[in-house]
Amino acid sequence: MTTVLESSQIVDKNRATPEERRSSIIGAVLIALGLYVFWAFGLRVDGDLDATFNLSLQTDRFKDLAWVVNARWLSIAVAAILVGLGTWRLTRSALRWTNISLAVGFGLFSLAFLAWAAAGSQFSMVGMFRSTVILAVVVVLGALCGLMCERVGVINIGIEGQLLASAFAAVVLSSAFGTFVGVLGALLTGGLLGLLLAWLAIRFHVDQIIAGVVINFLALGLTSLMSARILSDVQSLNAPARIPAIRIPLLADIPVVGPVLFDHTYFVYGMFLLVILLHLGLFHTRWGLRSRSVGEHPKAADTVGINVYWIRYRNVVLGGVIAGFGGAFLGLAQVARFEENMTGGIGFIGLAAMIFGRWMPVGALGAGLVFGFARAAQQKVAILNTGIPSEFLLMLPYVVTIIVVAGVVGRTRPPAADGQPYIKQ
Amino acid sequence: MALELRGITKQFPTVLANDDVNLTVEPGEIVALLGENGAGKTTLMNVLFGLYSPDAGEVVIDGEPLELGSPGASIEAGVGMVHQHFMLVPVFTVAENVILGLEPLKSLDWIDRSAARRMVLDISERFNLAVDPDAMVEDIPVGVQQRVEIIKVLVRDARYIIFDEPTAALTPQEVDEFFSIVRGLKEDGKGLIFISHKLNEALEVADRIVVLRDGKTVGEADPKVATEGQVAELMVGRPVDLVVHKERADPGDVVLSVRNLVVLDDRDHAAVDGVSLEVRAGEIVGVAGVQGNGQTELVESITGIRPSLAGKVFLAGEDVTFEDPRDIHRRGIAHVPEDRQEAGLILDFTVAENMVLDSYYDRPFSRGILMDWGVATESSQRLVDEYDVKTTRVDVPVSTLSGGNQQKVIVAREFDREVKLVIAAQPTRGVDVGSIEYIHSRIVQERDEGAAVLIVSSELDEVIALSDRLLVMFKGKIAGEFDPAAATTTEIGLAMLGSGPDND
Repeated sequence: MTTVLESSQIVDKNRATPEERRSSIIGAVLIALGLYVFWAFGLRVDGDLDATFNLSLQTDRFKDLAWVVNARWLSIAVAAILVGLGTWRLTRSALRWTNISLAVGFGLFSLAFLAWAAAGSQFSMVGMFRSTVILAVVVVLGALCGLMCERVGVINIGIEGQLLASAFAAVVLSSAFGTFVGVLGALLTGGLLGLLLAWLAIRFHVDQIIAGVVINFLALGLTSLMSARILSDVQSLNAPARIPAIRIPLLADIPVVGPVLFDHTYFVYGMFLLVILLHLGLFHTRWGLRSRSVGEHPKAADTVGINVYWIRYRNVVLGGVIAGFGGAFLGLAQVARFEENMTGGIGFIGLAAMIFGRWMPVGALGAGLVFGFARAAQQKVAILNTGIPSEFLLMLPYVVTIIVVAGVVGRTRPPAADGQPYIKQ
Repeated sequence: MALELRGITKQFPTVLANDDVNLTVEPGEIVALLGENGAGKTTLMNVLFGLYSPDAGEVVIDGEPLELGSPGASIEAGVGMVHQHFMLVPVFTVAENVILGLEPLKSLDWIDRSAARRMVLDISERFNLAVDPDAMVEDIPVGVQQRVEIIKVLVRDARYIIFDEPTAALTPQEVDEFFSIVRGLKEDGKGLIFISHKLNEALEVADRIVVLRDGKTVGEADPKVATEGQVAELMVGRPVDLVVHKERADPGDVVLSVRNLVVLDDRDHAAVDGVSLEVRAGEIVGVAGVQGNGQTELVESITGIRPSLAGKVFLAGEDVTFEDPRDIHRRGIAHVPEDRQEAGLILDFTVAENMVLDSYYDRPFSRGILMDWGVATESSQRLVDEYDVKTTRVDVPVSTLSGGNQQKVIVAREFDREVKLVIAAQPTRGVDVGSIEYIHSRIVQERDEGAAVLIVSSELDEVIALSDRLLVMFKGKIAGEFDPAAATTTEIGLAMLGSGPDND
C-alpha cells in the first residue's frame, strides 16, 4: 500500500484518514481491554493461585508436560502489554502494525482470561488447540467453497445448505453402503447444489443472494423432512461408522505440535492440502489467472476468448464439491450421525471467514482457526467453574463474526465483479 | 487480401443500430470510421470482433468467411480490438493482462512468468511501446494502459486492428505519441480501423474516412481534400456551427471559493490534494485534465456528496464545507453530474419524476406527505417545452430518451431556479451535436445572467471553447492556469502531463 498522504498538507485533526481513525479506535479498545484484564483478572483473582496449563494428552508419548504460572502476575503483565500496545496505536504511527497489534492483543487477552479461569485448577491447553483445528475444518472448507465462487464473481450464500445436505447424504449413504459411498455421495450432493446455484445465477440471472437463500431453505427443508420421516423410523440409516484418525508416525510424537496437528482424520489433512493447492493454484496457474480475471472483469476475459460462463459453472460446482467434503467431515467424523439443522449457521461463519481472510485461501485458514479457537475455548471454559453463563460463552463465535465482518480488519476488497451476472449484449 | 464487412444489420430492442453496412479495409491502410454517438460505430466493430452477433450480413477476412459471434474466432482470424473502455484487469500486472487467454506454461498448468515477461518485452521493443511488464495496471497512466491494450492485440498476431475512440482519455501529447504508434503499425502492413467522433484527428491520421449516421454508411471523404465543416455536415446531416458564441466575461463577486481542499477517493488516496480556486459571478472557469486526476472527487466534494479530509469550501462567503448535498443545492447550486445515468437521473423514473427529483419534498410539488403530481406534471411539461427536450410525453421513463435529451432533462431541472453557481462535469459526454450546441448556449446564458460557472471536462476542445479562465488539474493539484483565448493546446497539454510551468 502506498501512503495515504504524500503531500505536506496540514491535515485537520478532526478529519483523519480512515486508517488513522481505525488505529485510534483499536488503540482505545486495547487500552480498555488492558484495564479490564488488570481489574478483573489481575486484582480479583486470589494472588496465591497458580494456573496449570497442560501441554500434553494422556495418550501422548511424552506425557505430563505442563506450564504452571501465577494467574495474578500473568494478568498484570498482559494488562501492561495491552495498555502499551494501545498507547502506541493511539499515536497513529506505523499504521501497518494495526492488525498485528490487534491479533497480538486478542491472543494475550485470551491467555489472561484462560489463566484467570484456570486459576487453582488445570486446563488442557493442547486439548484446546486440538479442538481448535477440528472445529476450524468445516469453517475453512465452507470459506474455500465461498472463495471458489466469489473469485469468479458468483456470491454463494448457500454454503450452509450445501454443508447440511451433503452431511445428510454422507450419513445416510455411509450407513447403507459404507464410508466410501458416503463420502462420494457428499461430494456429489455439494457439487449438485453448486450446479443449481450456478444454473440459477448464470443462466437465469437470478439475484445470487436469493438463489443462495433458496438453496439453504431447500436443504434445510428436505433434510429435516427426511430425517423426521425416515431416519427416526429406520435408525440403522443414521448410524455411520465414524471415520478414524490417522496418526502420522514420528510427527505425532512431537510434544504439543504432534497431538494438535498430526493425529487427525484425512479430512483435516485434506483441508490443509486444499488450502495450499488452492492458494498456489489461484496465484500461479492458468486456471487461477483465468478464474480471477472472470471475477474481476468478465468482459476483459471474454474479449480474449475466455468462456466466462464455463469458468463460472466449473468453479461454482467445484466449490460445491469442497463444501460437500466439509459436510462429509461433519457427518462422518466430527459428529458421526445426522441431526436436524446440525450445521447451525457454520456455513455463514465460513462466509465471514472468507471475508476475514480477504478472499485468499491462506487467509481463510487463518480466519477459520480464529473461529475454531473461539468455539474450542468456549467448550473448555464451560467445563471450568467460572461463573460466566454458558450462554455468553456460546455467543462468542458469533460476536467474533460480527466484529470481523463489521470491518475491524480494515477495508477489504472483494473481486470487482462479485455478484454481477455477466450478460452478453 | 482485405477485411470486408458485407451488409451488416443489427437490430436492438429499440433501435436499428446497423442497417446494411459495408466496409472494406486493406492491409497498410488506416480507415477512420466517423459518426455521432449512437450512429452505430461501436456496434459495427463489436460485430466484427465477435461480441455481438448480427441479424444479417457477413464478414470476410482475406477471402475466408468469419464465424460470427465469437471473439475467439475473430482473434483466430487476425482481428484485434483496442476497446474504448480498456479491457484490462486493474489488479493484474501488465504481463498477466497480456498473456490472459494464451498463457505460456512451464508444466501442467503452472504459468511461466519469465516467458510471459519476454513476450511483453519482445513486442514492446519491436513496436517501440514502452511498458513495465511487472507494473500493476491500476497504477499506470491511461496512455500506458492503452499501450498494454495494443501489445495484447499484437501478441495475438492481429493483422487488422480496431481502435474504438482511442484518443478519448489521452492528453494532446499522448495523442501525438499514439498517432506515431498507429503510423508505425501501418508501415508494418496492418490494416487499421480508427473509430472517432473527433474530426481533426480523423483528418490527420486516416487514409480514408467513412461516415456512419443512424446505422447507415452515408458517405466517404478523402482526408487530403475534405474540410472539417464538410465532414461534420455529413455526420450530422445538416450544416453545423462548431464555434461557441459568447461575449467577453464580466466577472463580479466571488461566488465559489475553495481553499486547500483535500479529498480521498474510494481507495483512501488523496485524489484532491490541496486545491484552491475561486469562481466569480459572470465567469466560466474550466477545469481540464486527463480523467482520474481528481476532477470527479473535487466536484463531488464541492457539491457535498463526498466528505473532505481538510480544507474549506465557501459559497457566497459562507462556509459550506460540512453541509449535506440538499442544503448546498438549496443555496443555489446547479449540478450537472459527470455520469447522468449513474448520478443525474433515475432511469426507470418518468421524465416528470426526474424533473422534480431535487425539489419534490417541498411546495408546490408536495404538501406534507402527499405529492401533488398535477403540479409536477404541469411544471415538467413547461420545462420540456422550454428546454427543447424531445420526448412524446412527460410520463414515459427517462431511459427511453436519447443521451442528449436525457442531459437536457438534467439541465432543465438544475437551471430552472435562482442559480448562483453552475457546476457541470462532462456536460456533453455522449451527447449529439445538436444538443451540444444547445447545452453550451444555455451554460453561456446562465453566465450572462450572473451565475458563476465551473466546467469540468476531459474534452480539451470543449473547455477551451467555453471557459473564460482555464485551470488544469494533475494528480489532485492545480497544475496551471491559462487564458483559453491565448494559450496553445501544447502548453495546456504539458500541464495536463504535470510538466507545466506552475509545477515543480
